Parts: sequence; structure tokens; C-alpha cells
Amino acid sequence: MKFTLLINEGPYQHQASDTAYQFAKAALEKGHEIYRVFFYNDGVNNATRLAIPPQDDRNITENWAALAKEHELDMVVCIAAAQRRGMLDADEAGRQGKDADNIHPAFHISGLGQLVEGAIQADRLITFGD
Amino acid sequence: MSEAIKKFMFVNTKAPYGTVYALESLEVVLITAAFDQDVSLVFCDDGVFQISNNQNTEASGMKNFSNAYKALGDYDINKLYVEKESLEERGLTLDNIMDLTYEDDDWAEKPSIKLVTRAELADLMDDQDLVISS
Repeated sequence: MKFTLLINEGPYQHQASDTAYQFAKAALEKGHEIYRVFFYNDGVNNATRLAIPPQDDRNITENWAALAKEHELDMVVCIAAAQRRGMLDADEAGRQGKDADNIHPAFHISGLGQLVEGAIQADRLITFGD
Repeated sequence: MSEAIKKFMFVNTKAPYGTVYALESLEVVLITAAFDQDVSLVFCDDGVFQISNNQNTEASGMKNFSNAYKALGDYDINKLYVEKESLEERGLTLDNIMDLTYEDDDWAEKPSIKLVTRAELADLMDDQDLVISS
């Protein structure tokens, strides 16, 4: 089956991203396809490359990045939700005149159309959040 | 883009200003309509407050986005279901809800809002390809 995942909550505060990660991993192991992982609402914060969790805890962003690398996952961060929360990649930082960027290179910024297109293309859209 | 048309139902369960969900859900609704999908909205639980009359955010310093709901008709989004029990539980009636309308093919103005019971809503949900709640 072909899945698009929608993650609406930030890392550590909420289990949503962990559950989505475990789901994606299990689905891929079973031979299913993850068409896209879309980060929205506070979920955009999962894409920060600057988080430093304690060493004996999981690193959620790096977990996603490793899974994406292994399976060539398309991980998209909503641009409007990201901008509102100060999540920028280098291009966007340049365009907005900001002096820093924080999006991990495993993720890319795009519009909500990517969520809708993902929902249309997939057999199931699964939301992780409240 | 895709030729497929799916039935998207957006279920709004939260009050408009306590969290960002209502505002950011509305963004998804408008984009989904731009993809020419079959879009319907549900307002239940505290979500009924999203389309309540006379919203005033001045004291809270937040942006009042309630006018955006009035534009839904222009995007051919005209299936807005308000759950009867949720209104009753909060001491509200349809008189407290915005008069949201759309123009049909003959330019006649029609109401977009339909009052439905919890049981009717279950049937409507059963009929969707996607149910996205926030």
C-alpha cells in the first residue's frame, strides 16, 4: 500500500513524530511505500538541524534523516508553517534577509499543495497529531 | 497533476484562537479546493466556535480570520456541516453561527451550512475518501 504521512506535532513535546517514524519504518520493512512525509503545524520543528537532545535519548531529526536516506523518502516541510515558526533553509533565509538557517538537508521546504497531491496519490493519508 | 478527485472531509473540533489548528486547517482546505477536489467541512465540539458570529479578537491581540470562512463559497466549498449536539451542548443555536452562503450555477445565493446530527455525521464520514481532523 502507498502511504502519505502527515505529522502535526513537534518533537519531544509530543509522541506524534516518534509514532510516525515507527510506523514508516515498520511499513517500509513490510514492503509498503511511503509516498511522502509532510510536516505541518508544529510538526515543522522536526526538521531542525540544530537540536541537541541528551546523548542517552533518541535524536528524532537524525532518525528521520537516516530513514529518508535509506529509503529515499520525500520529506516535505510546509513553507508557511515553517516561516511562521522561524524554520528556514539557506535559500529562504537569503530571500527573507535572515542571518541563519536551520532546516536539516534531509528535509525540503515546499507548499501545502505537496500535502494535497500526496493525499491524492496515496492509498491512505495518515495523520499523526492531536 | 492528478486527474483523480477524492472526497476530503475536514473535521474542525477546536476553538478558533486557543490553538493554531483552526487557522492552519483553513489553509489546507483552500489549497485542497484549488486542486479541484470534493471538499466538505465539519464543525463539531468546540469547532463550532470557529464560525460563530461577531468574533472580536482585539483584546487577545490575535488576528481575526473569521472573514476567511465567508470566502469559502467563492472556492466552491459549500458543504459545511455543523453538528447539532455540539451546538446544544454549548447553549448555541444556528442564530449564533455566521450566515455562510454560496452562489449556485444560476447565481442564486444558497446557504452553505447544514445542521446535522451526530448520527448523520457518522454516515457522511463513512462516505469520504479522506477524513482529516484537527
